[in-house]
Amino acid sequence: METMMEILDELDWSPLFISLKTGAAATVVCFFLGIFAARRVVKMSPKKRAVVDGILTLPMVLPPTAAGFFLLLLFSRRRPLGEFLYGQFDLKVVQTWLGCVIAASVIAFPLMYRNARAAMEQIDSNLVCAGRTLGMSEAKIFWTVVLPTAGPGIASGTVLTFARALGEYGATSMLAGNIPGKTGTISQKIAMVIQDGDYLTAGIWVGIVMLIAFLVIVLLNLISGNKMKHIRRW
Amino acid sequence: MALTVDIRKKLGKFRLDVRFRSTSRRIGILGASGSGKSMTLKCIAGIEQPDEGRIESDGKVFYDSREKTVWKPQKRNIGYLFQNYALFPTMTVEKNIAAGLKGSRQEKEARVREMIQKFRLQGLENHLPGELSGGQQQRTALARILAYRPEMLLLDEPFSALDMHLKDQLERELSEMLEDYPGTVILVSHSRDEVYRFSRELLVLDRGQIAAAGETKELFRNPVSCEAARLTGCKNLTKVRRIDSHTVEAPDWGLTLHLKREVPEWTAWLGYRAHDFIPVWDGQTDEKERNRIPCEPESVAELPFEKNYYIRTKTGGKICWFVQREQLRGMEEKGMPDALAFAEEKILFLK
Repeated sequence: METMMEILDELDWSPLFISLKTGAAATVVCFFLGIFAARRVVKMSPKKRAVVDGILTLPMVLPPTAAGFFLLLLFSRRRPLGEFLYGQFDLKVVQTWLGCVIAASVIAFPLMYRNARAAMEQIDSNLVCAGRTLGMSEAKIFWTVVLPTAGPGIASGTVLTFARALGEYGATSMLAGNIPGKTGTISQKIAMVIQDGDYLTAGIWVGIVMLIAFLVIVLLNLISGNKMKHIRRW
Repeated sequence: MALTVDIRKKLGKFRLDVRFRSTSRRIGILGASGSGKSMTLKCIAGIEQPDEGRIESDGKVFYDSREKTVWKPQKRNIGYLFQNYALFPTMTVEKNIAAGLKGSRQEKEARVREMIQKFRLQGLENHLPGELSGGQQQRTALARILAYRPEMLLLDEPFSALDMHLKDQLERELSEMLEDYPGTVILVSHSRDEVYRFSRELLVLDRGQIAAAGETKELFRNPVSCEAARLTGCKNLTKVRRIDSHTVEAPDWGLTLHLKREVPEWTAWLGYRAHDFIPVWDGQTDEKERNRIPCEPESVAELPFEKNYYIRTKTGGKICWFVQREQLRGMEEKGMPDALAFAEEKILFLK
């Protein structure tokens, strides 16, 4: 118990903040991109949809290290995109916090996109048609009818996205590396201390990450449960 | 007020080919499910697009395939009442009604208040659609549509999902609320009672085509086409052979009718409504006796206010005879009639 307190006293809390920051940023990115992509895909013809959906879902089924490999190829400063970003905007992706966000976003994106799409596809098409005959613009129909009605699906997509982004390991370690205080996320910290045989510190971090994940999900369930009164219990 | 619809649309094996022109303010479209009546309505509203043709209302061309004119539904100013009302589930009654309104906040609020008054929705302003009864939902949907003053109103089977007693009530409510609506209203239904009560002019749709069209009451009296007769509720239909201008033979019924009325040359079918038979108790079941069939029911169905007798003729044809309560009382005294006679003026000659 004594050692436990000592370890907690000396603990470097930076992985916690880096993980939370990364998770939050990736969730925001995925939220908008995922909804945008879902809206476009829902309107596509079935054949086009099959292909585009395949590409968008790929990061979910691909091993994260494979995704990391592609990201590294894309953003390396020896490659056109990486060079362009650095030259024009002074943006470095590899071995930076930005890399953490990009890696987590890419891996978590399919969860947001798939949930948003499933929710939108379940909406009674009459609602959209009714909006049109009522003279509402397509944008207004989307923001005031489609999105709120798809609310539960989008909320669960957001929760899952955050949870996934919070714990991302494979792609992050390849693109952003594990620089303590900069890109060292909780999952990377756990892997690192395990390698040193420090099970106690690893256990503490595992406990922390479990607590956060659990709290976030319960919280979002409560919030969304309140806002979704129109869904009857059965 | 004139509406011209001339559209064709292919959907897999189904072909919709509807042409009509009407100046009536209350139009009914009667058809079985899958006859294309909802599709016709959706094409008029602009929710669906025909393959070719033209839709015009009051000089405004909504759609013309040759001129490549396609108006968006937003621009057509047509109200559409969906079968399930399509109320926005996350919006309160108030917000639902305001959804399609344009203008300043004050104007919108005033209009919403006005509609809430008119459709007796006071006290429900902040309820979600899921918390409303069927009747309240329908009133909200109508309030939402009429709030933005559409020039035409399309009702897509508005009562088909309702209980019997609720249906009667809502039908009356709807007619009341639409009494002072100045635009054209089209009601689509598979129920002959609904269209009979509601419409001045009627179209009968059968497998994507117009089987009959005309003034509603006249169409029920004289449906002209076999399909129209069936949809307007004529239970007894049989193929006939016209022998001369006053004689027609119905082989399935094993019957030859000799009539004072002239039988039109185009007569291919004959229709007789199940309520129109005249029971006869004179001991004459002889088929030589004119224009009657022996009354030997094969089965009976008892309904709350009437009895339905099903008679099979010697030649295998089926005839339905529906007897209402007052008539049943007479039958209690005299027993089953010996024969059923055809009233000449009630016979429908059909194409």
